[in-house]
Amino acid sequence: MAENVINKDIVKEENLVYKKTDLLTDKPLSYCPGCGHGTAHRLVMEVIEELNAQDKTVGVAPVGCSVLAYEFMDIDMQQAAHGRAPALATALKRLNPENYIFTYQGDGDLAAIGTAETIHACNRGENITIIFVNNGIYGMTGGQMAPTTLPGMKSSTSPYGREVHSMGAPMKITELIAELPGTYYVTRQAVHTPAAARKAKKALKKAFENQKLKKGLSFVEIVSNCNSGWKMTPVQANQWMVDNMFPFYPLGDIKVPEE
Amino acid sequence: MKELRLMKGNEAIAEAAIRVGVDGYFGYPITPQSEVLEYLMLQKPEERTGMVVLQAESEVAAINMLYGGAGAGKMVMTSSSSPGISLKQEGITYMAGAELPGLILNVVRGGPGLGTIQPAQSDYFQAVKGGGHGDYRLIVLAPNSVQEMYDFVETGFDLAFKYRTPVMVLSDGAIGQMMEKVEVGEQKKRLTDAEVKERCPWATTGKDANRERNIITSLDLDPHQQEVFNHKLQAKYKEIEKNEVVLEEIQTEDAEYLFVAYGTSSRICQKSVQLARAKGLKVGLLRPITLFPFPTERLKELGKQVKGILSVEMSAGQMIEDIKLAVECNVPVEHFGRMGGIIPSPEEVVEALEQKLK
Amino acid sequence: MTEEIIIAGFGGQGVLSMGKIMCYSGIVQGQEVTWMPSYGPEMRGGTANVTVIISDERISSPIISEYDTAIILNQQSMDKFESMVKAGGTLIYDGNGITRHPERKDINIFRVDAAAEAAKMETTKTFNMIVLGGFLKIKPIVKMENVIAGLKKSLPERYHHLIPVNEKAVNRGTEIVQEIQKA
Repeated sequence: MAENVINKDIVKEENLVYKKTDLLTDKPLSYCPGCGHGTAHRLVMEVIEELNAQDKTVGVAPVGCSVLAYEFMDIDMQQAAHGRAPALATALKRLNPENYIFTYQGDGDLAAIGTAETIHACNRGENITIIFVNNGIYGMTGGQMAPTTLPGMKSSTSPYGREVHSMGAPMKITELIAELPGTYYVTRQAVHTPAAARKAKKALKKAFENQKLKKGLSFVEIVSNCNSGWKMTPVQANQWMVDNMFPFYPLGDIKVPEE
Repeated sequence: MKELRLMKGNEAIAEAAIRVGVDGYFGYPITPQSEVLEYLMLQKPEERTGMVVLQAESEVAAINMLYGGAGAGKMVMTSSSSPGISLKQEGITYMAGAELPGLILNVVRGGPGLGTIQPAQSDYFQAVKGGGHGDYRLIVLAPNSVQEMYDFVETGFDLAFKYRTPVMVLSDGAIGQMMEKVEVGEQKKRLTDAEVKERCPWATTGKDANRERNIITSLDLDPHQQEVFNHKLQAKYKEIEKNEVVLEEIQTEDAEYLFVAYGTSSRICQKSVQLARAKGLKVGLLRPITLFPFPTERLKELGKQVKGILSVEMSAGQMIEDIKLAVECNVPVEHFGRMGGIIPSPEEVVEALEQKLK
Repeated sequence: MTEEIIIAGFGGQGVLSMGKIMCYSGIVQGQEVTWMPSYGPEMRGGTANVTVIISDERISSPIISEYDTAIILNQQSMDKFESMVKAGGTLIYDGNGITRHPERKDINIFRVDAAAEAAKMETTKTFNMIVLGGFLKIKPIVKMENVIAGLKKSLPERYHHLIPVNEKAVNRGTEIVQEIQKA
């Protein structure tokens, strides 16, 4: 049986309900099935496409699972040292102010090793967009504890659960940077359901459009899962995220520009 | 008419940055090089040329800003002193790995650790042998006057873009802090966006319909590919060694003994040559101006001519290893130096020559 | 001609700017110059010194252990630098606050009581210019007109109205410098 044969009869313009944006390359995603990165990548690229900004956008990939983001996004990209993406983005934007510049970072990258770069780029009000995918764990290196790992949550470096007294409490860096005068728009979203993804896309679009206003930094956190690192099935992981991550990292806007 | 100024080395390099059309400077204060950032801020280069000057939150951030700007094809530079340069090593190796041009000034002070704030040359190994992780080299220029601090900005950027590699200007606290007469060049225009795209077709300027996307990265998860890339880097360094050695010789024609010294030490040795010759000792000086590539060939020749070589460095003896490799045991090579921020006197150097080699 | 000079005193006495003006003057008359300060955390009140070299030729070492001339403006500097004047060289000092006067017999010694004079002239900030005048009387390595040109280059425009006062101070220095001893 040829499983991959497509019934050409139904591939007609009027029947198309979904199309992959041209700004995603054809390279198969290397993320685990059920991971939120794929959806987040797509939303970001759809927004760039809608802004007609492929020729003006430069993205900065982090170190972490999305280190290879440049393999999937058909735009000019730079790959940063661990945590340093906001520093690269600062220079990229200042030297080419008409470009759209974004970083795409995970929780270890942005909220642990890159804390200084994150906070100071936010504090200077760099006119960039930071996309922060928070899954509470170091995914790429194999499920170690992250700054955002929840209390009691098990990881390979907190095998008996995160012990807040000795390992510190999880860091709500998004709330922290929202306090800085340099941030213009700060929001927390998710991509685990179509409705959440639609809302996240709206937020991302606003975050990119804000670059035109030159009013400061836009920061979009996406709370996501890591079913491999959490040692769950994709469905379990999403449910666990809803039950445990969302109460600690509630979704919604944290800082909205005054109209 | 030529324009003459009296400037500190640190000021000269900053003025040169503006005049040769550098696009961005990213720095962080540390003695004895803070004048670079101070001078730039005072000069309002945004108004003079549109140059971006930014005080970063750390040396780490500053060098990574360099990476970002260099990746966009811009002329970008940073400066620091020894402890700060150690912090920058991460960004420097990433720049080497991503083949990015850029200029890094090290106004060396005594170490290790926080050390002193006085001049030293104890960062030679770090500058010349790599410094960060991985098999890479920097082109290293060693000025010994304030004029050369000025001139090496343009030289450095020419080399950086010619070879797509970071270039280090290895200075020290004495050259950074002292003032000398400097002839400053004409103001050059910064490159336009179109000129940047032409010079750096690889840069992340925004993907247009005419080309594939550009990616700046030092990552290759495939070890075979990574080895291919490493061979390419090594071939580039060989090419640099073949083409770019620069040195200065003083009274070597009839020399029976040779000082080898760079930077501040080479200025001291100029005087030591005079003092030694006044005593009837036929001494010459070879000054490597490029420390990588090192003037190996010329040293090998001189090694056959002279009776002994004294490597004079403000360190425990680092460059001496390269001298020994160059002369292939044909001649005794000794080290003389002071450490921790002490500058040797010309007389001490002559005494050392007499004690160690005569 | 190569003149190797150390100027040493307290921070805030204008030691460094005096050296700068000498260098500017040298540049104006086409010479090579080097100004090498002892740098460090000492600010106002600490010791400050600068090596100035003015030469017709390319200057070799900016760091030297023997000087043609030492200009000494406090006791600590006297203790440190008297011995570093070349035999037959020159030591110029301000007697203000000096408790141990120079003792060497093989050098030329001059005294310029600039602090007292500056107080008399009610322009204490021109102290260093009075000293400079004393030095130039003994070692006229740069011409007076080039000193004024050097002053103009070294002072920001907003201070140019002070040039006449400084010129007067330099001239006063040439008048009050006294020879104490010939080598």
